[in-house]
Amino acid sequence: MEETPKSNVDPEHDFVERMILEQYGERFRQCIQCGVCTGSCPNSFFMEYPPRKFIAALRANLLDRVIQSNTAWTCISCFSCSLRCPSGIKLTDVLIPNLREEILLKGKATPQEVQKALENTSRYGNPLGESARKRSDWTKQASVPVKILSQTPEPVEALWFVECYPSYNLRNIVTSQAFSRILNALKINFGILGHEESCAGDDVRLGGEKGLFEMLVERNNKALKKYKFDFILFTDPHAYNAFKNEYPKFGVQYKTVHYTKFLADRIDKLKSLFKKELAGTVTYHDPCYLGRRNGEYEAPRELLKAIPGLKLVEMPRTRENALCCGGGGGGIWLDSYIGEYSKERLSEKRIKEISHVGANILAVACPYDMSRFEDAVKVTGYEGKIAVKDIIELIDEAMQ
Amino acid sequence: MKIIVISTVVPDLVEELEILPDGKSLDKTYLRYIPNELDDHALEEALLLKERHGGEVTVTALNIREETDEMLFSALAKGADKTVKINGDFEGIDNHKRAKILRKVIEGLEFDLILTGVQTVEDVDGYGGPLLSSYLSIPYVGVVSGVSVLKETLLVKKELPGGLLSEIEVSIPCILGIQAAESPPRYLTISKLRQVMKTAKLEEFQCEKEENGKIEIKKVFKPEIAGKAEMIGGEAKDIVDRIVKILEEKGIIK
Repeated sequence: MEETPKSNVDPEHDFVERMILEQYGERFRQCIQCGVCTGSCPNSFFMEYPPRKFIAALRANLLDRVIQSNTAWTCISCFSCSLRCPSGIKLTDVLIPNLREEILLKGKATPQEVQKALENTSRYGNPLGESARKRSDWTKQASVPVKILSQTPEPVEALWFVECYPSYNLRNIVTSQAFSRILNALKINFGILGHEESCAGDDVRLGGEKGLFEMLVERNNKALKKYKFDFILFTDPHAYNAFKNEYPKFGVQYKTVHYTKFLADRIDKLKSLFKKELAGTVTYHDPCYLGRRNGEYEAPRELLKAIPGLKLVEMPRTRENALCCGGGGGGIWLDSYIGEYSKERLSEKRIKEISHVGANILAVACPYDMSRFEDAVKVTGYEGKIAVKDIIELIDEAMQ
Repeated sequence: MKIIVISTVVPDLVEELEILPDGKSLDKTYLRYIPNELDDHALEEALLLKERHGGEVTVTALNIREETDEMLFSALAKGADKTVKINGDFEGIDNHKRAKILRKVIEGLEFDLILTGVQTVEDVDGYGGPLLSSYLSIPYVGVVSGVSVLKETLLVKKELPGGLLSEIEVSIPCILGIQAAESPPRYLTISKLRQVMKTAKLEEFQCEKEENGKIEIKKVFKPEIAGKAEMIGGEAKDIVDRIVKILEEKGIIK
């Protein structure tokens, strides 16, 4: 598809003009109003201007109504609409972020949770408002050495980009600690950036704060340029997505790999390290930014099948049709805002699906999944019946 | 309406606080400074008033740390019309000296209203505003969470203890110590801030020497752990016995 020629416009004022400056941004004009997007959107039943209607409103010069509506902050960037759109319209990456940018620029009411997360990210390099100096504190309880490159600036094979939640969130750091044990067992020469790492910023980008995203790209690139490594290893699919698909747009290009692929490539070595049989029936939840957005469906399943003692079953909605946990695109900050409209969280719906396929372990591969689903297990009354584990944790357990 | 907003940067409590060996002040070497949250609310209230009634918003701050510049640029990017950065030697400054300096600056400006945060983490007593009001001989109302403009006066909402709210009519010019703006401070995008930092200029004011007040800090220390809780478990009888024993030990019962 050919791109429309770009024109010189004042990006402050005209939403549409600003949008078409982006790659494939003009494609919304090719919308056939088929409604596949709205039909695919897990939140469309309470979204005041779901994607199809949003584009119809744009055509009718009614952007103001969309701005006044709940649309901007009820999208959880799950990518279902974008994947299925027959016209290739960039709903998740262009339309919604531009709507949010418009709201941020005009100083319109932005949910306080989003505002706080963005301000924190700008000030501390993480949305949680934690001290940057404490970013690598989790390594102290990892029980294996984790090389922090600012302290030990040696060349490494893998630079592990840990990302914010896996560095600070008390549940997620358990996964990070398990992953460092796996890397050690595999004798991988790896290091982390520690306090020099800033949020990769994918949700900042999807949240419409483009200037902040650009600043994070600059900060991370500046830190990365100081060290020698072969590739960047990601445990967080959102950070993986940012580096794989978005950083190159700013000329920042690195070799990237998500841990599921990285470990699947070393499956024989991994198998030789398993010491214990786990018991249980496991089902796998495809994270949006590993599966739908980046097409990785096989590696996580290969890993789960390799773990001795586990039986893998699939949910009805799986792979590209997997239901989002509700945490992406700022959803992780907006639980109560979205909850006002939705009544039931997507993560709760998902837990009910899991119970129907008879799994007692839910395997995940994204830090947002962990808190979203652990909370949902409690809310839906499945506590003690369904355990939420990152694939990393299952592997680590089998290696003990 | 001409409004002056007084703001300041304060130590960011996200980082651990260290006390200097003299035991009288904080080690500020590695401390990050951030805008005082309630001053942000004061600015927001000023911008809301300007949007409603027109006028001009001037933001002023003592340049106590390099972070002051960004705070003032942020104010311009959000919609303030003018900033005055006050330069001088502010080492060990107290609220009296600060108020005297601000008086000099403010006397050179036209204004109907001065807004400032009611307190800062460094001044939870909140007497910065009252002191300035006495130096300027104009009224002060603190803990304000809403301002309406009447004909020649203001009607302000002031929080009272016990969840009560009072409405006070106050003449202008006056100073208000803001507890909360009517709506939360607006978001400022990084691109807007960067643009303003490239193009705008901060007006500067060199202040003369002023003396501190008579308050002397004897000692700065971290809160001391005063006691600890004990969870008493077991059968009702055991619990009662333990409670009785504790009360006896403390000399409360005999």
